[in-house]
Formats: sequence, structure tokens, C-alpha cells
Amino acid sequence: MTTVRPARSRLRTVPAGPAERQGPRGRRHSENLPGYVFLSPWLLGLFAITAIPMLLSLYLSFTDYDVLTPLSEANWVGWDNYRRMFTADPSYWHAVAVTCTFAFVAVPLKLAAALGVAMLLNRGIRGIGVFRGLFYLPSLLGGSVALAIVWVNMFNRDGAFNSFLGLFGIEGAPWVNDPAWALETLMLLAIWQFGAPMVIFLAGLKQIPTELYEAASVDGAGSWRQFRNVTLPMLSPVIFFNLVLETINGFQGFTSAFVLSNGTGGPVDSTLMYTLDLYIKGFVELDMGYASAMAWVFLLAIGLITVVLFRTGRFWVHYSDGEDR
Amino acid sequence: MRSRLRLLMLIALLAVVLYPLAWMVGTSFKSPQEIASNIGLFPTEFTPGNFTAGWQKFDVGFGRFFMNSAMVSALTVVGNTLSCLLAAYAFGRLKFRGRRFWFAIMIATLLLPGHVLIIPQYILFRTLGWVGGDWPYLPLLVPQFLATEAFFVFLIVQFMRGIPRELDEAAKIDGASPYSVFRHVILPLSRPALVTTAIFSFIWTWNDFFRQLVYLSELQDYTAPVALTLFIDSTSESSVGPMFAMSLLSLVPVFMFFVAFQRMLVEGINTSGIKG
Repeated sequence: MTTVRPARSRLRTVPAGPAERQGPRGRRHSENLPGYVFLSPWLLGLFAITAIPMLLSLYLSFTDYDVLTPLSEANWVGWDNYRRMFTADPSYWHAVAVTCTFAFVAVPLKLAAALGVAMLLNRGIRGIGVFRGLFYLPSLLGGSVALAIVWVNMFNRDGAFNSFLGLFGIEGAPWVNDPAWALETLMLLAIWQFGAPMVIFLAGLKQIPTELYEAASVDGAGSWRQFRNVTLPMLSPVIFFNLVLETINGFQGFTSAFVLSNGTGGPVDSTLMYTLDLYIKGFVELDMGYASAMAWVFLLAIGLITVVLFRTGRFWVHYSDGEDR
Repeated sequence: MRSRLRLLMLIALLAVVLYPLAWMVGTSFKSPQEIASNIGLFPTEFTPGNFTAGWQKFDVGFGRFFMNSAMVSALTVVGNTLSCLLAAYAFGRLKFRGRRFWFAIMIATLLLPGHVLIIPQYILFRTLGWVGGDWPYLPLLVPQFLATEAFFVFLIVQFMRGIPRELDEAAKIDGASPYSVFRHVILPLSRPALVTTAIFSFIWTWNDFFRQLVYLSELQDYTAPVALTLFIDSTSESSVGPMFAMSLLSLVPVFMFFVAFQRMLVEGINTSGIKG
């Protein structure tokens, strides 16, 4: 992959430009048909699997559809589902709180861990490839049911974590069965998978020219100020990218919460993630109209958060280098 | 001196990070009595009993669950690489009307949470008669043959943009149609991106749970992750060992992919990630 890349910037600016401009109109047109031929599976998927279902769910969110009766017999209920969600369903706001806590606490900690380890690895450590790979491994395995099962057992009352605490004479809580701690163990599982953003940070750190650090140390900047004034600004596009990606993922956590609570969101709703609540409402209680309303609010909320991230990003993301290259 | 300290820190961190995995392996080989008494990493005696017990724990053997998982994953790999490759070629190399518009839509779907669509899709597939029945996997597979994983389309587009344009210009001057340029120039050169797509599709599908949970309702149709959740219901002490053994087995394919393609996986997230 890397071997092709240097050639690209050169070739693209020189030959591709004239070819595009000179290209006879007829030929350009002739790519319309092949263009859409190659695009046709994607287009079909876009409409059939994504766009039409989205509109269908918007419609359903104003009905009391429950799968058992035919779609045509679903009753139009107006804004009832939305009203119920915001005013009459305490578990809904609980799920919102749980999900926000999860995303806004676990994601920054995960990114901090990723950046910290990436910086440790970036200083010419021998065997960096092995370290990088092994730190990355949890990201590949951690999203599975299998690992969630192991995690839950590790944080049982008589699990490995408590026996470790026992070595220091501390009696641990029954973490996963304790409403005060269950969500925290899930957050820890999310943070444990810091390897994927770490790999991206490492690649970003490699792009920072060493001259910047040399210049900074000539000016008498210590390692903290170098981090603060060179690393952070230079890395900010990568931090931003990871932040957006991980936040959106964080809001969608499902598997680990399902495994910990056996699909209920317990103990005492402490792990009732939004998507789990949506699953329970839609597929257990078969209240699909209501669940569709939940899905649409979820979509709007994620869209809003993405917009907010991009807006605030303007103030701290520096594209000093990437933009003019 | 400082670099040695850093190395020690990294090794300590790595030990903490890998501990849960090591503990899972160790516990899988402990006897039921030992699981209750010995919480440490290593079993005093390696017993394979958990594996046989777990394998036959339910009315349908785990062999069947693993076969189901393998089939869904393999077909997803085929569908994703094929359909995303076609879309990526259109976006990355062809000039047609509306390309920018559709590309923007594709990028928008990249961030679309899958959970938003699960209910209407379920209803749609149910109306088509695809839910349940003798072969309930169509809802899991058909979307994968229609390039709905925008991430992979994007990944392959990014890669194709790096292929020198001179190559297809030359082929076009020689009278090659867009189809034969695709077949003879772009397809062979895109292999690295396709391999990355295939590996990630496999791992993600193998690990996927939400959609399989929704669509698979008969025991004999279960995939490995769905079957594993059956263990959670039976909370008796004796099932911990078999549960760990089957969990461990279910991670083996992913681990093997990791060992074989580690470099590619790491580079894969980089190219799709920041290379803009």
C-alpha cells in the first residue's frame, strides 16, 4: 500500500488534470452507463435496505404497530409514541442517562489510554510491531459475546478481580451484580479495547516532523510543553477523527450490556443502554411503533452530537500541515 | 536507562491487558472443582473435559453452531468484497453524472447507526417471508451483497485512488472499455484492499451479535455467539467451565486471522482511517 502512495500525489496533479480536461465529451458520456452498472448493487441496497426502511420506520413511529397484526391495520397514533417517550416512560430517560455516561466517560478514557500507550511506543522501542499487535488484539476480540462472558465472570463476586484485590486485603464489591458498579465494568471493557485508536494515533505521531521537537527543545521546552504545544496540536486531526468514531460507537454499545444483564439491562436497569432498551421494546415487548420512535430520536441525537463535535472541532483541530499538502 | 524504564512499563501494561485472555485460556482447562477453588491463571491439572461437556451441552452440538457461523461469515466475505468492489470502482475511477451526489450519500450512510434500521428491516424481511423458515440467513446476507457496508466501499475507494491513473488512461487509449479496465487493470491491482476487506468482514461478522440475535430463533440455526448466550441462562457453577471452553473456541478463528494478517489489519485501519 505504501509503495503506491508517493507516486499518487505526483501523478494525480500532472497527467490526470489534462486528461480530464481534454477528454472528448463523447467519452465522458460513455462512462455514464458503466458508472451506473457498477453502482447498481449499491444503489439497490441504498434504496431497499437503507432509505425505504428508514422512511418506513418514520411512518411506524407514529403508529402502534406490533408485528402480530398486519402492517395495514396499524393505527395512526400521532405523536403519542414521542410523548410517551419523553414524559411517561421513566426507563427511557434512564437509558439515555446510562448511554451518555457510558459514551462520555469511557470514550475519553479510552482515547487517553490509546494516546498514552501510543506515545510510549513511539520512542523507538525495539519490537514495536509486536507490542502494537498485542495491544491491538483486544480490539479484535473485545466486541464478541465470548469476551463479554469472560469479562462478566472476571468481575463476579468470586471472580479473578476480587481475588486479586484479596491479595491486598481488600474485599471487592460484586461488581457486575452491583447497580453502582455494573456499568463501570462495561466501561472498563470498552477502555480495554484501546488498541484500534492507538494504532491510528501511532500512525499520526509518525507524521509529526522531528524538527518541530528539536526546535522546541532548543527553545527550552520541556517534555510536558512539547507535548502540549507540539504533539497535541499536530495530532489534533487524528484525535478528532478518533473522537468522532469512538463516540458514535460508544453510543451503540449493545453486546456487553446484553451479556452482563442477560438481555434485561439489569441489575436495576444500571446497564440499560439505549440500543438494549430499543431491542427490548421492539423485539421482546413487540412494541415496534414505539421502538421506531426511539430509533429516530437516536438517529437525530447521534446526528446532533456529530454536528456539535464538528462545530467545536473548529476551535481545536489544526490542519496546518495536511491542508496545503 | 529511561528507555529501559519505558520498556518495563510497556511490558507491565501488556501483562495487564493480556491477563483476561490468559485467564480465559487457563480457566477453560480447569476442572469444575478447581474453577471454584483456584482463581489463578494456571490450572493445577489440565483437563479437556470442559470442551467435550460444552460441545454437547445443548440439544444441538456446538459443531453445528460453528458451521452456521462459518457459513454466514464466509458468504458475507464474498458479498462484501464483490459488491463493495463494484461500487468502489464506480466511485473511485469512473466519471458519471451524479457521482459526487451519490458519493456524499455513501459517506452519510457511513455514520448511520445500524440499530436505527433494524426494526423496519426486520418488518421488510418478514413481509418477504425471509424471517424464520428453513434457511433464515437471507436477512443477514442479502444486505451484504448490496454493498451496504459503506466502510468497505470507502476503504476500497481510498485504495483505488492511489492506483496511478496513467494505467487506465493507457488501457483506454488502447481501446479498452471501462469493463475491461476494471477486469484487467483495477481488479488485479486492488487485491490488497480486497484482502483487507475480506479479513475485516470475516472478523466482524464472526463477532457480530445484534443482527444474528434478532433473526435467528431456532436452536439449530444459531450461530456461535447466539448459542453462547444460552450459557448465561444456566447460572450453575458446573457450566462455567464449558462456557469458558466454548467462548475460547469461538475466539480461535479471529485469533488465527490476527496471527496470520496482523500487519495487514493494522495497516488496514490506517489507510481507511486517516489517509484522506
